[in-house]
Amino acid sequence: MSATDIRDSDSPAIARGFRLQWEPAQSAHVLLYPEGMVKLNGSAGEILRRCDGVATLAEIVSDLEGAFSRSGLRADVVAFLTLAAERGWVAFRGRDEQAGAIGDGGE
Amino acid sequence: MAASERNGVTMPASVRPGPPLWLLFELTYRCPLQCVFCYNPVDFARLDQELATDEWLRVLHEARALGSVQLGLSGGEPLTRDDLEEITAEAHSLGFYTNLITSGVGLTQARLERLRTAGLDHIQLSFQDSTREMNDFLSHTRTFDLKRRVAGWIKALDYPMVLNCVIHRLNIDHIDKIIEMAVEMGAEYLELANAQYYSWAHLNRDALLPSRAQLQAAEETTNRWRDRLQGRMRILFVVPDYYEERPKRCMNGWGSTFMTVTPDGTALPCHTARMLPGLEFPNVRTSSVREIWYDSEGFNRFRGFGWMKEPCASCPEREKDFGGCRCQAYLLANDAAAADPVCSKSPFHHVVTEAVERAQQSRPVEKPLVFRHKEESLTRSDPALIRDS
Ligand code: SF4
Ligand code: SF4
Repeated sequence: MSATDIRDSDSPAIARGFRLQWEPAQSAHVLLYPEGMVKLNGSAGEILRRCDGVATLAEIVSDLEGAFSRSGLRADVVAFLTLAAERGWVAFRGRDEQAGAIGDGGE
Repeated sequence: MAASERNGVTMPASVRPGPPLWLLFELTYRCPLQCVFCYNPVDFARLDQELATDEWLRVLHEARALGSVQLGLSGGEPLTRDDLEEITAEAHSLGFYTNLITSGVGLTQARLERLRTAGLDHIQLSFQDSTREMNDFLSHTRTFDLKRRVAGWIKALDYPMVLNCVIHRLNIDHIDKIIEMAVEMGAEYLELANAQYYSWAHLNRDALLPSRAQLQAAEETTNRWRDRLQGRMRILFVVPDYYEERPKRCMNGWGSTFMTVTPDGTALPCHTARMLPGLEFPNVRTSSVREIWYDSEGFNRFRGFGWMKEPCASCPEREKDFGGCRCQAYLLANDAAAADPVCSKSPFHHVVTEAVERAQQSRPVEKPLVFRHKEESLTRSDPALIRDS
């Protein structure tokens, strides 16, 4: 998937087999997948926790802009989601149901 | 602010390790199979005091509080414990990502559905080979048909289908069939990992170590399939470390990430560490996970670099591999603090190259294969007896 592929009306969701959660011991959001873990930085965590398969890209962007009193975040969000989709962390409802569930990263 | 900073002072990582992110429960040594490459201790039959359900649950709580996130449920065959559902459910509700590592023997569709309801996140199914005869020979029971059925149930419940097949001299020539079978079952990921030569596989090493020609042919076959499948099924092929010049980064560093709890509650930094002499490993029956992880001699012994001898102590690559595997150092160099003899800088590297050279000869296996069964295990009390010398 390339950056131009993600549309405002798309609703990203955490892909099958992955789980996002807040880890107090690491003070970070982490993404868990079979036998592995990615520790996310602050903005990645904030984006991913809004990927519930319902909210659209446009809604996620405006929600983030509201929460952090910033504007012009769309490009950053799209860039991150593009990367996340390439790694198989997120899938887009109805578009790429078969995005990989087994991560590459981790150990 | 980094968690390791206190009062503005940064603690070096070797002083305070991170949490035991990866927790492996070897729930039982009971297993219906008798694999010739089994990684359970060769004297497993003497260690039969399994933890009770509430003890496993307590360990889950303590480890999670320290920050553990991944839980492996293995054995033996974990399905032989009828509290597997209960342990899975508790782990899931605590926030663990739960991974079941199973041969599939003992599984029914109803049980898999219960595990799914309990919150099981992931299943890794192991196969011994693709042909029934070979499978039965290698695992010594008739299980192949069952595994095909289990694979079907796993897919039906929408789990990713992950297959693991331990590769060795006796099945490596069947790799084309193994891959074909995995494709046929709709596997998304196939792990073809060569046996690691500990425990039973170490006893059987000369029969199990493939030749260079076999490895090369197997890698070529694997690559042909990769081209053909175009990512539809990913294949991981792991060569035996005996063919490497540098050791593996064992356990991501001793006591840095992993904790294994054996059926009787002994806590280990890796699942074979029990064989190391002169090291006391704590037990979850008498110590908390926090004490075990941060304060026990067993977990601190090979942390960081202070324990190293030459050639590791002054080696520029020591942060890359931490000197390799302590168990392999003990098995092959008779010294758990030595460089892993897989390393070409090790003075004992010849032990590895000699085994590799023997593997190039086409010869009938002189020693009979030792199958992992209870009677055999009871004859083997001292793991030191099976070391290379
Ligand atoms: S390696 Fe084989 S014998 Fe050993 S625990 Fe696993 S399935 Fe059982
Ligand atoms: S000498 Fe020790 S640290 Fe250096 S590469 Fe070999 S095993 Fe690793």
